[in-house]
Amino acid sequence: MENPDYARISRRNALLGVNLLRLITLLTALPVIGVIVYIVVRGAPAISWEFLSAMPRDGMRAGGILPAIIGTFYLTLGTAVFSVPLGVAAGIYIAEYASDNRATRLVRIAIINLAGIPSVVYGLFGLGLFVLFLKLGTSILAASLTLSIMTLPVIISTTEEALRQVPNAFRVVSTSLGATRWQTIKRITLPQAIPGVITGIILGLERAAGETAPIMFTGAAFFLPLLPQSPLDATMALPYHIFVISTSVPGMPVQIQYGTVLVLLVFVLGMNVIATIIRNRARARRQW
Amino acid sequence: METAKSERWITWIVKISGYSSILFVSLILFFLVREGLPALGDVPLKDLFGVRWYPIEGYFGIWPLIFGSVLVTVGALLIGIPFGIGTAVYLSELAPAWIKNVLKPIIEILAGLPSVVLGFLGIQLAAPFFRQFLNLPTGLTAFTGAVLLGFIAIPTIVSISEDALNTVPSGYRQGALALGANHWQTIWGVTVPAARSGLLTAVMLGVGRAIGETMAVMMVTGNAPVLPRSLNALFLPARTMTATIASEMGEVATGSEHYHVLFFIGMVLFGISLAVNLTASSLALRSRKRAERLLS
Amino acid sequence: MSVKISVQNLTLMYSDGVESLHDVSIDIIANAVNVLFGPSGGGKSTLLRALNRLNDLADVETARGQVILNGQNILDPATDVIELRRKVGMVFSRPAPLPLSVYENVIYGLRLMGERSKTVLDERVEHSLRQAVLWDEVYDRLNDPGTSLSGGQQQRLCIARVLALEPEVIMLDEPTSALDPVSTAKIEGMLNELKERLTIILVPHNVQQAARTADYAGFFLQGRLVEYAPEKGLFLKPREKETQDYVTGRFG
Repeated sequence: MENPDYARISRRNALLGVNLLRLITLLTALPVIGVIVYIVVRGAPAISWEFLSAMPRDGMRAGGILPAIIGTFYLTLGTAVFSVPLGVAAGIYIAEYASDNRATRLVRIAIINLAGIPSVVYGLFGLGLFVLFLKLGTSILAASLTLSIMTLPVIISTTEEALRQVPNAFRVVSTSLGATRWQTIKRITLPQAIPGVITGIILGLERAAGETAPIMFTGAAFFLPLLPQSPLDATMALPYHIFVISTSVPGMPVQIQYGTVLVLLVFVLGMNVIATIIRNRARARRQW
Repeated sequence: METAKSERWITWIVKISGYSSILFVSLILFFLVREGLPALGDVPLKDLFGVRWYPIEGYFGIWPLIFGSVLVTVGALLIGIPFGIGTAVYLSELAPAWIKNVLKPIIEILAGLPSVVLGFLGIQLAAPFFRQFLNLPTGLTAFTGAVLLGFIAIPTIVSISEDALNTVPSGYRQGALALGANHWQTIWGVTVPAARSGLLTAVMLGVGRAIGETMAVMMVTGNAPVLPRSLNALFLPARTMTATIASEMGEVATGSEHYHVLFFIGMVLFGISLAVNLTASSLALRSRKRAERLLS
Repeated sequence: MSVKISVQNLTLMYSDGVESLHDVSIDIIANAVNVLFGPSGGGKSTLLRALNRLNDLADVETARGQVILNGQNILDPATDVIELRRKVGMVFSRPAPLPLSVYENVIYGLRLMGERSKTVLDERVEHSLRQAVLWDEVYDRLNDPGTSLSGGQQQRLCIARVLALEPEVIMLDEPTSALDPVSTAKIEGMLNELKERLTIILVPHNVQQAARTADYAGFFLQGRLVEYAPEKGLFLKPREKETQDYVTGRFG
């Protein structure tokens, strides 16, 4: 026999609970939308051709942020050069070659740990290995190498994931027609997985582009009067520049700060949007 | 045969790339130890775990920094867990499709926000707000850092929790509903308990994310490496391990005492992240095995 | 009649313990349809996968015995498996076009061998598709994706793909299990013509198909070859009781 009071109370609790969850979700999502809109509103007035294409003036309080934009571009490119081939190859190894033995488990544990190491520790490592030990100095090269290793786990796991989604029947059929393992990968599995792989690469690079701590003592400079001329030069970079102008430059016009943040956001979230588009398109076109 | 030869080459290249992760983890550990271990020679262990961090005068006690990290991380979890898991439960159990399609990209945007941007917003918006709202002498406090870190941890917690909830067999839910439980009772009585080890993994990784975070906490916590004297330490400036490395490494002389101690802190952080991630991945493995057992 | 493949005392076991073979000896007769039938899990597919070493992809625990093709034991580790798989082609139960165009599907194996000549490839595509009785249906959409064809067409495409390699043996593992009767009839008719030039091993998807197509037939049960005989004998008057029970529908 149902107790009507109990039923009423539990119905009321359910309603309350569901609404509480709605509220929590709203409180998580709204600030995100809020700050994005706010940054756009406050930063947009700072954006001009000069802002994007000129060197900073007056102790960075005026002029443009060209060297920081160029620097972030170089660092992202440098990171891609090292981390993409290595990460994709490693992902291929795990998905297509590795059998489930102790060595493979060790590789997996290593990747999980790489993914979890704090970014500032990567900075220390880059300083110890690339800047000091290999004598690359504070340079684009040292910073890119540091960022590459940090980005590696993202690229490896997404490559592996994308390859695993390719139906196994393709591998069996291809093998049965006389393909070697690599031929199967090159002609069938990898092309099918490529949208997922590219998405992973972009997401990894997006993270690298926005990082500050790993480049602070490996390649980023407070202020440079010239653009970098070689990979062994230090460089300004957008994230570090934001840190500098929001903490260490007295009398910094707020508008320039918001403008710089907006430029970084467009750079980073733009990559995110591209990755999403690639993923969705590939999903729609997929034949399996 | 030509193919056989190139095949062997490629297999080698791929294999070496696969194993490179082990090499990199080892290299990271090696260089941290190489530069960090001399700290034990420079500074007596007793002093290293002392209560004063004041490098200019030769005080290298890292307790205030460990405390700062723990304080900010715990604060972050107090926000990150309810909001992260709450959002995940809502997304996986209640939200209609169109809301999911709107919410997921928003969570992804949050995950993609560079921490320096969050730090900037912390200085510009959060700190002044909390200073006024809580009537504090300064808004740059552990509390502000914790709030930001909470938001930084949320995407991690949401995505892993959601995966965990999605692997709960739908038969569980249907069974509970068939027995007369309402939606709410099903969620808390059946679905969430069934996903608990996945949710725990999510929280662990959230901890890892929070304790390793650098820029945002450095910018908003006020940079005061002091041990707390009272409960309201949360509303006073603090200093984390990560922030200490980031803000002081640029100034130290290579090979100095201070330099070695900063690497030593790096070793501690490495150890913490190792422990957190190994725990999380073994939890995840256990929950996967459990799910397989249940589904078979 | 000559023996194309001679399987001698073959025992295969997998670490996951499914579908093993126990001491199987069977002669595959050249230029004939050799039917292997019996309830599922009997080891037929396992045998097929051993004949072109596709089981290299799985976790084999024990392998004893010999499989002799053209005078050589193909289970020998020194065997060139790539060469072997070109000689002994395989068609799977579920039509599995590769995610490529119809044209590229057919010449996939040739491309792997490094064949570049457009004339050779074009010629081989038409020839293989004609042999597989598919040319008339697809000649004007060779560049469409293989998956855009109907199920029956896809399966014939898979057969054409194997034929393009000009194999000596073609193995078909329940090739019509996912198809309608018309497509099934087309494929069975095609096999009847193909056997003039090559050796066919067929795992049929039911007893009727076995009876319709077999020149020689072997009955498999739980990893053993129970009975092996030229066609009609096995279906009209089986020697073993198990075979009789199966063909008369008492179990299966």
